[in-house]
Amino acid sequence: MIRTIVRRLLVGFATLFCVYAFTFLMVIVIPGNPFASADRNMPPEVVRALEARYDMDDNGAYFVQFLAGATHLDFGPSFQYKDWTCSQIIAQSLPVSLTLGLLAMLIAVLVGVPVGVYSAVWRDGWFDLSALGFVLIGISLPTFVTGTMLLTVFAVHLKTVPIGGWGTVMHLPLPALALSLPFMAYIARLTRVGMLDALGSDFVRTAVAKGLPKRVVIFKHVFKVAFLPVLSYLGPAAAQAMTGSFVVEKVFSVPGIGQHFVDSALNLDRGLIMSTVLVYAAIVIVFNIAVDTLYSFVDPRIQGSAR
Amino acid sequence: MWTDLQQPATGSYRQLVWRRFRANRRGVIGLAAIVLLLGVAFFAPLIAADQPIVCRYEGKLYFPAIVKTVREIPFAGWVIPGGSPFGKAGFDAKAELSDDAFAVWPLVPYGPLEITEDALEPPSRQHWLGTDGSGRDLTARMVHGAVVSVKVGFISMGIAALIGMTVGAVAGYLGGWTDAVLSRLIEVVVCFPSFFLILAVMVWLEPSIVNVMVVIGLTRWTGIARFTRGEFMRLKRLDFAVAARALGAGSVRIMVRHLLPNALAPVLVTVTFGIAHAILLEAGLSWLGFGVQPPDPSWGNVLRSAYTNLRVAPHMVYPPCVAIFLAVLVYNLVGDALRDAVDPRMFGRRR
Repeated sequence: MIRTIVRRLLVGFATLFCVYAFTFLMVIVIPGNPFASADRNMPPEVVRALEARYDMDDNGAYFVQFLAGATHLDFGPSFQYKDWTCSQIIAQSLPVSLTLGLLAMLIAVLVGVPVGVYSAVWRDGWFDLSALGFVLIGISLPTFVTGTMLLTVFAVHLKTVPIGGWGTVMHLPLPALALSLPFMAYIARLTRVGMLDALGSDFVRTAVAKGLPKRVVIFKHVFKVAFLPVLSYLGPAAAQAMTGSFVVEKVFSVPGIGQHFVDSALNLDRGLIMSTVLVYAAIVIVFNIAVDTLYSFVDPRIQGSAR
Repeated sequence: MWTDLQQPATGSYRQLVWRRFRANRRGVIGLAAIVLLLGVAFFAPLIAADQPIVCRYEGKLYFPAIVKTVREIPFAGWVIPGGSPFGKAGFDAKAELSDDAFAVWPLVPYGPLEITEDALEPPSRQHWLGTDGSGRDLTARMVHGAVVSVKVGFISMGIAALIGMTVGAVAGYLGGWTDAVLSRLIEVVVCFPSFFLILAVMVWLEPSIVNVMVVIGLTRWTGIARFTRGEFMRLKRLDFAVAARALGAGSVRIMVRHLLPNALAPVLVTVTFGIAHAILLEAGLSWLGFGVQPPDPSWGNVLRSAYTNLRVAPHMVYPPCVAIFLAVLVYNLVGDALRDAVDPRMFGRRR
């Protein structure tokens, strides 16, 4: 068990390095100068001095230096925010995104799973059909549409929550809900399919024939099997919810890490681009490892094959 | 599949697919809606324009909106003789035409870029969906935004289909190391998170609708390639392909004339879903400011301007949201129906 985890962690570090190398390549290939966007025209020798100050004149040295810093979470200075280091920016914005992402996943599971179970048990009933419609909306609408709709209804018309921002509890529900909708829909669908598959299997018939009450069969026998695909989806989904939330963050003006990702790409802020990408990749990798490990605990059958 | 039982399964594969498709009510409704959407996009200058359809001006008869519609068609502009005062830049038809002059106005008598005095008006009889922050009629902007989404959907998927089918056909037909190399290429492209890649490229390139279409086309071809590859691998072993080979047909001829027509229907399924996805991507990019640049309308940037004016004019939010949802919905309905019609078993059980 521990050996598998260690091995997966090592592979994870290798993946991180590949991501780093690729991002670095993209950053140095993109034309344009981060200092040129400043308001004043700088003389060429000043630009050259600035480039030397930030090691932009020697890509090889920069590659090694950034990597060395990254090993102890020092991502160097940011060009865009003069008085900040990249590590400080991330330390301030990452917890916001993590809170939002985890809350969204919590909502998605707490709503999506019961919806899936219920619509599978009452298959083709009115609940199942309306849930199907909801799933279609949740999957086919992007978050900037649902987010703006939620904002209009709850913040502008009903005035129950503030219109955007971060800090109080009332700032949480709307962005979390908007972020959770696609995941919720997908989880509902996964659960429904899993439940339907399991409901048709032999051990369920046996359990029913034994005379077990329906509730016990559904929750003790069927649900256990049906939840496995949901569990394996949760890892990538949680990582996605925490990293892919920059549209939601923009809609609700939440000061998360997603905005820094987009802004840094726009401003050619090298250090910040690479550090945000690295943080994203690290989160994805860690969550995948965590869920795989958890999975082999829940389902002992795949312990052998979970490499 | 009761149609198969009632009618003898005669005719070509394409006719069979079409018959199965027609039996699916939701698919037919979706297809009708797509045709309607295409019609709106094609006749957008006739539906919403700041110039009349027919009018008498200084004793002569003019057809300004119709002329505009024809000019939108590529290579068709030469049919129209020049010299009409309505074609000149800055010609204000509403100010020039007197009130009692003969003129038939379009359904929405406002252009998508025309600025009126009432900004951020809620829906009224004059402006059916209200006006935006610059006083532009929202109905006109929605109608002309449909043009963008149709163009993006079809052109980007056209590019994707061209790349995907070529790569897939070559990989599936030739097999061997060609297949191995091309399959790895497909895998690499799949692994990139496409939205981030598109964002990165859009930062690099000028934001414009053409670049959006090209970038979406260049990133979304992998699904098409995978399906084409699978189909070609299956088809090339069938008797008719072997027979064509025995008769001395070359590889290219077999691929294009014999295999491709049979692989087309399943590819069409991925393309249909791809169009829905491309519409969403365009809306997202325009919303973020990387796509269609204001003042040119697109559903994405209309929603963006609604978002900036949320407090004062929440009425602006609903039209683009509904439009995006409906567009995506109808393409998905058609895609679903087409998938069932092509081969119910091929794509696995419907979830």
